[in-house]
Amino acid sequence: MDVLLEPLQYGFMQRSLIVAVLVGLICAVVGSYLMVQRLALLGDAISHSVLPGLAIAFMIGANIFVGAFIAGVLSTMAIAWIRTRSPIKEDAAMGIVFSACFALGITLITLIQRDNKIDLNHFLFGNILGVSVAEVWQTALISLLVLVVVKLLYKELLFYTFDPVGAQAAGLPTNLLNFGLMVLIALTIVASMKSVGVILVLALLITPGATAYLLVNRLHQVMLLGAAIGIIASTSGMYLSYFYNLPSGPAIVLVVSGLFGLALLFSPTHGVLTNPQPSLQEPKVWRELKGLLGRH
Amino acid sequence: MDLPINAFTSAYEINIDVPARLERAIAIQHLGVQYRSVQALRDITLTLEPGRLVGVIGPNGAGKSTLLQAMLGLVPVTHGSVNYHGKPLASQLDKIAYVPQRSQVDWTYPATVWDVVMMGRIRQAGWFRSFSASSRRTAEAALERVGMSAYRDRPIGQLSGGQQQRVFLARALTQQAEIYCFDEPFIGIDQRTEAVMFEVFRELADAEKHVMVVNHDLGDAIAHFDDLILLNTELIASGTRRQVLTRDHLYAAYGGKVAFFSGEAA
Ligand SMILES: Nc1ncnc2c1ncn2[C@@H]1O[C@H](COP(=O)(O)OP(=O)(O)OP(=O)(O)O)[C@@H](O)[C@H]1O
Ligand SMILES: [Mg+2]
Repeated sequence: MDVLLEPLQYGFMQRSLIVAVLVGLICAVVGSYLMVQRLALLGDAISHSVLPGLAIAFMIGANIFVGAFIAGVLSTMAIAWIRTRSPIKEDAAMGIVFSACFALGITLITLIQRDNKIDLNHFLFGNILGVSVAEVWQTALISLLVLVVVKLLYKELLFYTFDPVGAQAAGLPTNLLNFGLMVLIALTIVASMKSVGVILVLALLITPGATAYLLVNRLHQVMLLGAAIGIIASTSGMYLSYFYNLPSGPAIVLVVSGLFGLALLFSPTHGVLTNPQPSLQEPKVWRELKGLLGRH
Repeated sequence: MDLPINAFTSAYEINIDVPARLERAIAIQHLGVQYRSVQALRDITLTLEPGRLVGVIGPNGAGKSTLLQAMLGLVPVTHGSVNYHGKPLASQLDKIAYVPQRSQVDWTYPATVWDVVMMGRIRQAGWFRSFSASSRRTAEAALERVGMSAYRDRPIGQLSGGQQQRVFLARALTQQAEIYCFDEPFIGIDQRTEAVMFEVFRELADAEKHVMVVNHDLGDAIAHFDDLILLNTELIASGTRRQVLTRDHLYAAYGGKVAFFSGEAA
C-alpha cells in the first residue's frame, strides 16, 4: 500500500489522481450512451476532430480546451450535414470527417511545434502526470457539468437512445437531445485529452461500459459499474505511467482492456468460459471448408 | 374519391351527443406526403371520431405507415393538414401513443421491461423530475393488463417477439393518451396475444379513445374493427367494415388478386 500512497506526497501526483478519477468517471458515463447507440465510431470521430481546434486556439492565444470543444461540436455537425445532404452513410461520413480533421490537426500542430514548446505527443497519447492546477479545475468543472446534465436528463436520454422514433412520437425534442448528447461527448473528450490523449480516449469511453454491459442489465447500472471500472483503469494507468515512465494513455487503455477481457471470459451470464458454447469445439469456418472439400 | 368527408359520422350513434364527439374528431384534410420521388399519400380527406376501433388496410406500399407517421409529424407533410381540437395534431403529441414497427428498436439495449414501460410516463412526469407514485401505479396496471407483470424485471433482450409487442402495448397504455396508433402490431404473434391486444383495443375504444391499427392482413381478425380505412396511395374507401369491404373497393386497392374475409363482402 505504501508503494501506492508514497507517490501521492507529490503535488503533481495528487493532481493526476484527481484528474484520473474524474476522467474515468465521466468517460464511462457518457461513453455508455455511445455504446448503446452503436456509435463508437462517433466517439473516435469527435476525439480526432478536436485537434485542429486545439491547434488554432493555441495559435491565436485562446484557451485550447475551448478551441478543442468547438471543433468537436463542429465535426458532429459536419457529419450530420453530409449524412442528410448526400446519399453517403453515417459511418462513411464519420470516417471522412475525422480523418480530414485529424490530418489538419497534425499539420497545424507540427507547424506550431517548430517554434514553440508544445508537445504533440501529450495530446495524442496523454500525459496525465503533467496536468496543471488550472487543468484540474477545468476537468472538475466539466465533470460536474456533465454529471449534472446526465442526471437531469437521464430518463429522456434513456428514451431517446433506446427508441428515437418513439421519443419523437411522444413529443420529446429529439434533435435537441441528440445535440445535447454530442455536446456532452465533446466536453468529455476535451476533459480527457490531457490524460488519455485523443487517439485512445475512445477506449476509455467504450470499454468500461462494454465491460459492465457483460455483467449488468440496466443503463444506470452499466453507467455506475462502468464508472468504477473506468476509475480503476485510469488510476492504475496513472501509477503505471509513474513507475514505468510510460505515456499515460496507453497504460490506462491496457488496464481497461484487460478488465474487459476478464469480463468477457468470466461474466456469469455472458462469459466465454462460464458459458461454453458447443460450437466452439469446431470452428465454423473449418466445418464449412470441410463441407466444401467433401463435396468435390 | 368522392366519398363523403364525414363517412364515419354517417348513420350511427345518433343517441350520442354529436357536437361533443365531433369536437374530439381528428380532421384529416387533403393530406399528401411525398418522399423524394415517391408519392406515398395523395389527397386524403377523412374525419375520425373517438370511440371507434379503426383498421387501416391496403396493400404493401399503400402508405398505411406513412399515414400514421404523417399524423404524428414524423414525416414531412407536403400537402394538407391533420387537426385535432382545431389545432395541428402534431403539436399535441402528448395526447398520442404510437407503437411503431418493432424492427426499429435495438432489443439488446440494457433496459428491463419496467424501464421500457416507464418511458410512457416521461412526457407526463416533465423535465428534470422523477416519476411519481401514481405514474408507477399506472405502469404497473398497464403491465398487469397485458399479462406481463411477471416479466417486470426481465431484460428486454430476453423476451420473445410476442412479449416485446405486449411490452410496447403496455408502454402505450401507460401514456394515457387520447389517440392510440399501432403499426402492424400483429406481425409474428400468436392467437392468444392477438386476442389480448384486441381486448385492449376494444377497451380503449369503449373509453371513447381514438384507436387506429394498421393491419395489412385481411383475414378473420378484420371482423374486430368497427371502421376501416382502405388505402392505396389515395383513399379508396372509408367507413364501416361493410361499407368498405366491397368487391369494387378491394379491386381498386388490390387489383383484384385478393380473397377477402368471406362473410363481409357485399
Ligand atoms: N423513408 C422513405 N423514403 C422514401 N420512400 C418511402 C419511405 N418510406 C416509405 N416510402 C415509400 O412510400 C410508400 C408508402 O410506404 P408505407 O411504408 O407507408 O407503406 P405501407 O402501406 O405501410 O406498406 P407495408 O404494408 O409494406 O408496411 C411506398 O411506396 C414506399 O416505397
Ligand atoms: Mg407499413
